[in-house]
Amino acid sequence: MASPLCIRGGRVLDPARGIDRVQDLWIANGQIAGLGEDAPADVRSHPQVEVIPVQGAVICPGLVDIHVHLREPGQEERETIETGTRAAARGGFTTVACMPNTAPPLDDRPRIEYVVRRARESGHARVFPIAAVTRGQMGETLTEIEDLIDAGAVAVSDDGKPVRNAEIMRRALELTRRLGVPVIQHAEDPDLKGDGVMHEGWTSTRLGMRGIPDAAESVIVARDALLAELTNGHVHVAHVSAARSAEIIRRAKARGIRMTAETAPHYLLLTDEAVQGYDPRAKMNPPLRSARDRDALIEAVVDGTIDCLATDHAPHTEIEKDSDFDSAPFGIVGLETALGLYLKALVEPKHLSLSELILRLTVNPCKILGLPGGTFEPGSPADVTVFDPSRRWTVRASEFASMGRNTPFEGWELPGQVLLTMVGGRVTYRPDAVPASAR
Amino acid sequence: MIGARKDLLGLEDLSAEELVSILDTARTFREVLDRPIPKVPSLRGLTAANLFFEASTRTRLSFELAEKRLSADTVNFQTSGSSVSKGESLKDTARNIEAMGIHLVVIRHQASGAPHYLARNLDAGVINAGDGTHEHPTQGLLDIFTIRERRGKVAGLRVAIIGDIMHSRVARSNIWGLTKLGATVTIAGPPTMMPAEVERFGVTVARSVEEAMEGADVVNILRIQLERQRSTLYPSLREYARVYGVTSERLKRAKPDVTVMHPGPMNRGVEIAQDVADGKHSVILEQVTNGVAVRMAVLYLLAGHKAQGEPPVENVPTEAKQTHGEPSLHPRR
Repeated sequence: MASPLCIRGGRVLDPARGIDRVQDLWIANGQIAGLGEDAPADVRSHPQVEVIPVQGAVICPGLVDIHVHLREPGQEERETIETGTRAAARGGFTTVACMPNTAPPLDDRPRIEYVVRRARESGHARVFPIAAVTRGQMGETLTEIEDLIDAGAVAVSDDGKPVRNAEIMRRALELTRRLGVPVIQHAEDPDLKGDGVMHEGWTSTRLGMRGIPDAAESVIVARDALLAELTNGHVHVAHVSAARSAEIIRRAKARGIRMTAETAPHYLLLTDEAVQGYDPRAKMNPPLRSARDRDALIEAVVDGTIDCLATDHAPHTEIEKDSDFDSAPFGIVGLETALGLYLKALVEPKHLSLSELILRLTVNPCKILGLPGGTFEPGSPADVTVFDPSRRWTVRASEFASMGRNTPFEGWELPGQVLLTMVGGRVTYRPDAVPASAR
Repeated sequence: MIGARKDLLGLEDLSAEELVSILDTARTFREVLDRPIPKVPSLRGLTAANLFFEASTRTRLSFELAEKRLSADTVNFQTSGSSVSKGESLKDTARNIEAMGIHLVVIRHQASGAPHYLARNLDAGVINAGDGTHEHPTQGLLDIFTIRERRGKVAGLRVAIIGDIMHSRVARSNIWGLTKLGATVTIAGPPTMMPAEVERFGVTVARSVEEAMEGADVVNILRIQLERQRSTLYPSLREYARVYGVTSERLKRAKPDVTVMHPGPMNRGVEIAQDVADGKHSVILEQVTNGVAVRMAVLYLLAGHKAQGEPPVENVPTEAKQTHGEPSLHPRR
């Protein structure tokens, strides 16, 4: 046995098993050996134990983000699997699922295999590709879904675009049902969206910007709830931004429809007023919506209508984002700020306990995509995140590991400094400057 | 200088005092325009660049004329904006302006907020000559100037604005300026062309043109451009003319001495009937003349803080200096 690792003195949160107590976490051979006294004696009595003291910090299963854009292949000027997963590690994430809207899109086996291979070669996190629903994400012809799942994809989505055609959506749900994977929907009616660039409301009116009504999202969520009911397939709604969408999902769940959902930090902390001054860093799709939507989304996260918390990490180059609002592309980066933002949005105002937050960042996303991990069950891979919820830090895009610097949160002071990220027992992030123990 | 402003990006940003200061200064320049030699040396030595990323005839001519009447050097840049990526060209344009040592930039752009981008990135003063569907502040100012000259005041007037409010930068600038100066603004137009939560501008939304006309002192008629909008917004120009066209019949509901305005160019027989366009209430050509004076005032006031050492404003009309120093809410008649 290689020398075991003992992460000592932290508060262990393992929501899957209802654990929340100060205890040592023992790791051996890249796997969770056990907690405290429950770890096997031969591990605890090993002559060469490496101890990492983390007094005062939280030790939890590695965070899981099921909605990121790693941009590889084809858009390496924005991000690569290497830089994107380094950003993940820096943000406390050990597992990410990446969207297929690369160039070319992930719509055939070699491309899925390419991502899996590149992630193995250069990744600092586990990477699970999501395959396209339709060829070229053009919305017309279904991809070879079974082959793609067999090649390593964990779900299908045309993210970046909606599956617009209801017939295609129906068939995709029927075909994925027997595979046990969801169709992830970027819920947006392209006609209602038109050439809108921000939420339709008073701010768009004042700024003279073309608006995207909340109904552009909600009509597709409603349609897909009906299609999920028709097919008994599983629809996962990506980046929910509107109160009405949350309400539809809530009702669908109550009817027993297989619908799950995620949101992203910015929808819980910002509103369309952030667009004031035409700042392209506040431009994303779906757009930042009203305060009413923001409050309703927080409620939907709390009551479980929104199952899990993602980032929609969408890196763009500085050249792309440094322009007038209209010309700038949609999207912001999220991996390196998500934990702090979620703590600020949900735990600090006491909407959720720390354990309830971790549940939505680990167990729940794993369940939705059927991923391994999300727990400290002995024998599971040693994917671990250690952070100090009380230690505050300041967002500096220039320090990001991501190639993307496009964040509207520049200069924000956030709780939750990440102290250690570990994938399969291997350290993927550990800031040098931060002393190992915090009071 | 307007306040301590470097730029004029929209009337939303201006206080009533600043608006009055511009209008008063414009009156002085309006008198200059009636002189045998309608030219002053106020901006001598300064260079203004007119950047028109979107087609324009009268606004561009009006600005250029205003700059020349103030003795500024002018350079013009026009592009369709279709060949180059918009963002790139704007950034490159900004860098070029910086390199050429230009003092004042007049910009028209199809993207709302484009002037704000330039203003953030340039030391030069930036004047918004119409950005997307956001604002067209000098058009708003010249409309209000014309109203004030015609009716002797702005406060307390009932102003109706008719047309496509959603896509109209003229409407937004008028609404901000007029409401700040105490006018009551009523708007009317197709419900598909009313932007979300429009009442938060502090305007009344009338259910019909007839209702908006009721007792109006001023009717400002917006140009309808169905061909430039999404085809789903309104069935046809014919239907538009029938429901929203301002005819002499509909105008009867306004005050007998109503002032009729249009920012031009007009679609005669569509948003404005022929006899209304050329009728006795129409001040449409007066608006054009006033436009030059208002733009001179804006250029002059913004250039104020460009003066280093020797002021470039030595030969400015004396009244301009006075009013600019102590703004008055009351027009001097």
